[in-house]
Amino acid sequence: MTTSRGTKVALSIFAAITFAFVYIPLMIVIINSFNSGRTLGWPPEGFSTQWWAKAIDNEGVRNALVTSVILALVATAIALILGTLASLALSRFRFFGQDAVSLLIILPIALPGIVTGIALNNVFTSYLGGLTFTTLIVGHTTFCIVVVYNNALARLRRMGVNLEDASSDLGAGPFTTFRLVTFPLMRSALIAGGVLAFGLSFDEIIVTTFTAGPGITTLPIWIYQNLFRPNQAPIVNVVAAALVLISIIPVYIAQKLSSADERGGGLI
Amino acid sequence: MTTAAPAAPTGGFGYRHPRAKLVGLLGAPMAWLIVVYLGSLAALFLTAFWTVDGFTGALVRTFTLDNFIDVFTTPAYLQVMLRTIGIAISVTVLCLILAVPVAYFMARVAPHRWQPLLIAMILTPLWASYLVKVYAWRAMLNPESGVIAWFLQPLGLGGPGFGALGIIITLTYLWLPYMVLPVYAGFSRLPNSMLDASADLGATSWRTFRSVIVPMIFPSIVAGSVFTFSLSLGDYITAQIVGGKTQMLGNVVQQNYVTNLPFAAAFATIPVIIVLIYLAAVRRSGALENL
Amino acid sequence: MQRSRLLTLAVATSAAALVLAACGGGSDDAGGDAGAAPGGEAYAGPVGDGEGKLSVLAWPGYAEDGSTDPAADWVTPFEEATGCQVDVKVFGTSDEAVKLMQGGGYDVVSASGDASLRLVYGENVQPINLDLVPNYADIFPDLKDKSHNTVNGVSYGVPHGRGANLLVWDKNTAGENVDSWSIMFEEDSPVAGGVGPYDSPIYIADAAVYLMATQPDLGITDPYALDQEQFDAAIELLKKQKGLVSEYWSDYNKQIEAITAGTMTGATSWQVLVNYYPENVGSTKAKEGATGWSDTWMIAKDTANINCAYEWLNWIASPEINAQAAEWFGEAPANSKACDLTADPEHCANYHAGDPAYWEDVYYWNTPSEACLDGRTDVKCVPYAEWSKAWSELRS
Repeated sequence: MTTSRGTKVALSIFAAITFAFVYIPLMIVIINSFNSGRTLGWPPEGFSTQWWAKAIDNEGVRNALVTSVILALVATAIALILGTLASLALSRFRFFGQDAVSLLIILPIALPGIVTGIALNNVFTSYLGGLTFTTLIVGHTTFCIVVVYNNALARLRRMGVNLEDASSDLGAGPFTTFRLVTFPLMRSALIAGGVLAFGLSFDEIIVTTFTAGPGITTLPIWIYQNLFRPNQAPIVNVVAAALVLISIIPVYIAQKLSSADERGGGLI
Repeated sequence: MTTAAPAAPTGGFGYRHPRAKLVGLLGAPMAWLIVVYLGSLAALFLTAFWTVDGFTGALVRTFTLDNFIDVFTTPAYLQVMLRTIGIAISVTVLCLILAVPVAYFMARVAPHRWQPLLIAMILTPLWASYLVKVYAWRAMLNPESGVIAWFLQPLGLGGPGFGALGIIITLTYLWLPYMVLPVYAGFSRLPNSMLDASADLGATSWRTFRSVIVPMIFPSIVAGSVFTFSLSLGDYITAQIVGGKTQMLGNVVQQNYVTNLPFAAAFATIPVIIVLIYLAAVRRSGALENL
Repeated sequence: MQRSRLLTLAVATSAAALVLAACGGGSDDAGGDAGAAPGGEAYAGPVGDGEGKLSVLAWPGYAEDGSTDPAADWVTPFEEATGCQVDVKVFGTSDEAVKLMQGGGYDVVSASGDASLRLVYGENVQPINLDLVPNYADIFPDLKDKSHNTVNGVSYGVPHGRGANLLVWDKNTAGENVDSWSIMFEEDSPVAGGVGPYDSPIYIADAAVYLMATQPDLGITDPYALDQEQFDAAIELLKKQKGLVSEYWSDYNKQIEAITAGTMTGATSWQVLVNYYPENVGSTKAKEGATGWSDTWMIAKDTANINCAYEWLNWIASPEINAQAAEWFGEAPANSKACDLTADPEHCANYHAGDPAYWEDVYYWNTPSEACLDGRTDVKCVPYAEWSKAWSELRS
């Protein structure tokens, strides 16, 4: 089907405007990180790089960043394992209750974060003694599973079973088949899913506030706490600006990898 | 009944015992989700039937339906529920209006080699902290000193300011990527053969769009809507920051969960029920396959 | 069959969850008897070597460690003097503080009156052995043994300081001299549409304070001891106020930004925030009286770091540190000797630290309960859980 030239131009303009809509607030964040004034208001009071200097020096940011990265890595790792297992089960088998199972997997991300948060918080504080880094990991892993699962499932369905059949016909056991046939083919979907799960965990605030133990400060919690403190608020802008600028690269690479295998990437 | 998808004459333990293989695969994730997730939801649901002691604020474990009665009969709460649903629907519709053309552009109009870059550009904002983005919108929406007000002033118009409209705009902004990506995936999966056939049969571009493309990407649209709808339904932080004095469901739950957990739990069952109904309705359209 | 296996698993786990929920631990009704002193026995002492660490839960500005401003740091010297490494977590409202304490893991908390009694009766904090806090002797007499931190003669903490909830207004809109809460409650207010109440159920007491002056027939003597009729009147007033409100605030930055931008033109605020406001914003203690707060440092019931905790209490109550903290935050210090040590010699005078008359019509945040705080026994007062529900209904 050929899209008419007029439609193409209209669509291009619309897309450009939408992308602008998406990036203008981010530009404002970046501009504000150079704001010499302390509040987050507009227009900026003056130009200054003091907040960038303060941010680099700030120990709180560094610790929060490390905590967030570790948390996201662990949660993503566990989610990768559980999500892959679930996706293999649901793409290769048909069984009664599979709709319920796929619904269950989606639920942690479909239900509002505050519900997941208070449910987990209630169980952890009332029956399991309290909140710790482990409880935080549990909270994050639960909603990361579906992200990996969806990407893996989409890829497994598109792959079909022929290659796996051939592998088994040639005498390979299930683990060998997985290792040498299935996994290499779905690897890029797992990478895309993993990157997305990492991003989700990295930026998550609601479930985190309800499941993090005392003294545990992830980056979003640090930001939340520092939005409280008038002297620190501009540092928050710096952190956000830095995050945006730094993250473009891994996201781009992940996308290139997954689309190399197929046309169009699944979201989650 | 269990059916193992491939039927093979030879093979190891996995082939001879497909059920064992299935349990082996599903066991761990199911154990996690059922015990950790469903278990805690069940425990929360249970507390909705209790109350708190008036003097000490401690939980009193006697069965009562008072909390639910309160939730469903107080006009203010019904109002906040309707308002939240309204906001969630508006956000979904707005996201749709923005996402479909952009996704189409990305999938079929833009040069093929631009695609990873465009997708990355859509995904990148997800990495800027949620809180910071909302505060940036607060700065923009401010009726006195915000960017929007500053823009519109020479025209004599006021901006949306803080309130439900501000919340809708901000949430649309936040969740847009979640709608663009599944729709984009849907558009890129469209088989060209179908489109060619439609053109061969004499349909105009618009007719092809309406009768061939839309039904085929409908599952993707619905998949995207699951996210925009449920994420908007439970959000409370955005309402606190750009909502002025407007509140959403999540705010009520958050305000009460410290002093009156049973009431907060009862209130929290509302969005759960709404989302479950929505998911059940959506299942039929096959959207869940396309997330 | 696969079906029965999955179903059995689901049923079994739900049943397990139900059983757990029904008999499991959790906060059982503790301290329901008003006669007992909850929280067990106070630490007998003496205060020995520190355990090496301390987890502090504080209002922002109370436990500064130099990260906000290198000049404001009384945590690092504490760490050096006692060897107790301090970890500070801040909260935005008393409700948050209570929830965090219930979750466990914190050793000391700076609790306002609307949190302290909940912590006491919820058995989250322990009684304090005042003999182990030598600096307590110098605390202003009218700050000792307050009902929000002393139960049946047993003390649960050491006061940090006190402040009144101030009335702030935009002089350009409401004029130079404003002295009444009426600009926040009356329909004909010059700041209608820009009112900014504090976003917490405890604000109902502010409405009650206004009613004490405007509707004396209601007979309110303590804004935290409201029987049903008085409570309903306060809620009515707040519902009318809602029409005048631009935003409810609890986040410091939100209020500073709103007032500086001019979207909030008449509000209740704290001195620590007033310090950031531009020239055109005036502040005062309203003539009808005001709610206020006097925060108490309390020790968690099951803390492992009891020696460090007592060291902290004594440290923060010492004249030098109390002076620093009170000056930084903008409140009246609790220690009478601190007044000689503030950098600004007028500090105590400005904050009325040693002026009991000023505090007569300041009603410190307290925790409403069914047993009326003003001592009435012929009626039941509305407890905090109801305040919370009513507030959330009002806000919806």
